[in-house]
Amino acid sequence: MSHNNFARVKDFLLGLYDDEQRMVAAVKTLRAAGFAIYDVYTPYAVHSLDGAMGLKRSRLGIVTFIAGLTGLILSLTFQFWTNVIDWHVNIGGKPDNSTLAFIPVSFEITILFGALTTVAAFFVRSRLFPKKETLVLDPAITDDRFVIALQKVDGSFNEKKAHGLLVASGAVHIAEKSVIT
Amino acid sequence: MLRPALIDGNVTLKELTDDINRPLNTKPGVAWTIGFLVALAALLLGVSLVAYQIKVGIGTWGLNKTIGWAFDITNFVFWVGIGHAGTLISAILLLFRQKWRTSINRSAEAMTIFAVMCAAIFPLIHMGRPWLAFWVFPYPNTRGSLWVNFRSPLLWDVFAISTYFTVSLVFWYIGMIPDLATVRDRATGKIKKTIYGFLSLGWDGSHRTWSRYEALCLILAGLATPLVVSVHTIVSMDFATSVIPGWHTTIFPPYFVVGAVFSGFAMVTTLLVITRKVMHLEKYITIGHLEAIAKVILVTGSIVGLAYMTELFTAWYSGNYYEQFAFKNRIVGPYGWTYAIMVFCNVITPQFLWFKKMRTTPALLFVLSIIVNIGMWFERFVIIMTSLSRDFLPSSWSLYKPTFVEVGTFIGTFGLFFTCFLLFVRVLPVVAMWEVKSLVGHHKEEDSHES
Repeated sequence: MSHNNFARVKDFLLGLYDDEQRMVAAVKTLRAAGFAIYDVYTPYAVHSLDGAMGLKRSRLGIVTFIAGLTGLILSLTFQFWTNVIDWHVNIGGKPDNSTLAFIPVSFEITILFGALTTVAAFFVRSRLFPKKETLVLDPAITDDRFVIALQKVDGSFNEKKAHGLLVASGAVHIAEKSVIT
Repeated sequence: MLRPALIDGNVTLKELTDDINRPLNTKPGVAWTIGFLVALAALLLGVSLVAYQIKVGIGTWGLNKTIGWAFDITNFVFWVGIGHAGTLISAILLLFRQKWRTSINRSAEAMTIFAVMCAAIFPLIHMGRPWLAFWVFPYPNTRGSLWVNFRSPLLWDVFAISTYFTVSLVFWYIGMIPDLATVRDRATGKIKKTIYGFLSLGWDGSHRTWSRYEALCLILAGLATPLVVSVHTIVSMDFATSVIPGWHTTIFPPYFVVGAVFSGFAMVTTLLVITRKVMHLEKYITIGHLEAIAKVILVTGSIVGLAYMTELFTAWYSGNYYEQFAFKNRIVGPYGWTYAIMVFCNVITPQFLWFKKMRTTPALLFVLSIIVNIGMWFERFVIIMTSLSRDFLPSSWSLYKPTFVEVGTFIGTFGLFFTCFLLFVRVLPVVAMWEVKSLVGHHKEEDSHES
């Protein structure tokens, strides 16, 4: 789902929960009732939410694989090029192309490329960067509160029904918030 | 079998946040201040001695023509080894879904980073002209380009250690982002708010991010696991690929990796026994945690003992005169006393951990961990020194004694290590709050199922 929207102001209906289980159940209820979950904000990773929100498995692993493979090929090629083509030096009579001796460096570069690229991809995809203004819906999110955010999309949002479902599912507090994007 | 509760008592998420945030927003206590001043003094000693030896030269060390590697490489292997426990706890135990790691992984990873920093100092200063240290990297240069020797294990070390440091640092920081956001939302004062705000990258607890974040952590753990094994394997190859009796053995990679984990867990024990007491974290870093660490020490210590015996057996069974001499010399030669210390500290001492009383008494564990730390330092000294001092040619036999400069530099690295660690416990959340919270949250869930 894209966060992008042409509207500059997003209006949210927030349901605050103090219990992981109730919050996950509420997400399921809301989705069953036809509401799109904008996002859920939690103090820690709640595994069962992936299924409840219907999130797809992250594709970061593909990035790791491609980056690692690139690192492996580049480092092997570079070592071959320096030792065999550019300037070969006789070291203890060993062959110029000592492929086995090139493995440790290639291994390290594979891991380095894989790790750094995956982290970079994560930052880009999750839009995390220094000095970013936090969308603080409630400071208690980083403490002990779970917040379900429903976006009030013009026209199609049945606020009364949503409110009712949040209350029925055990929200300890319900709030409204406008965020300028 | 069910494990006992991973944290003591019924802690709510809020209490957890407050307990871990408290040291970041209060003035340090007396114990911390004294510790910090002592560490800083040691660091200053180290800095001034490093400056001195760079100015005067490596001649200030006790090295000679026969023994060209001694204190520096011993300390290097010692510190790199210590680092391994942090990665083991944060990466390997994550892959094995060992939940007890969550209370201690943050501090163990911090230990890794500081230990690798200490380790890196030794090869750097041994270069004599450390400002030319960038020559170890293959970059186009005006000397040819004359490339570095990719066949040398010493160069492999350069890549292994720098990759290890980079990936550990990134992994540590990534693991901290959600907690930095927690600290940001509770920080008092504008400067603190700005710094933690900058570092937490606008983390808002979105589950869409959490979902990817968990995938990222698993991937990084999957990468760090082979990495940590490769690092000490390559360190061992610094020795194993040479033709020196006592070094030229295929047992070295696993022997070094296990030794590294052994010494690292001992250092984790040393640090945590103090940290949990001084920072009042007994609720989160429980006796159960210490016991689990103690069990790892017992297992790895026994494997280390087995490796010592295997080496002796192989030397005898090989029928090789030089190999047999190297090991006889190791035990009864001029450095025999260091071998005795090594066996006492690394083989005999950990066996006391078969007793539950030993595993669950912090004071006893602390003493034991110090003994193991000493023993593992001596192990590296024994390997390096006994083989070098008695080589193939008796006329070149020699002995080595460290100078004040070398000992002082080593003390200086302890200063660096503890200065960094003490600063860490004051400015960063010392327990991975979000990870422990997920345990508390799920725990609560289980309780409600029962009722």
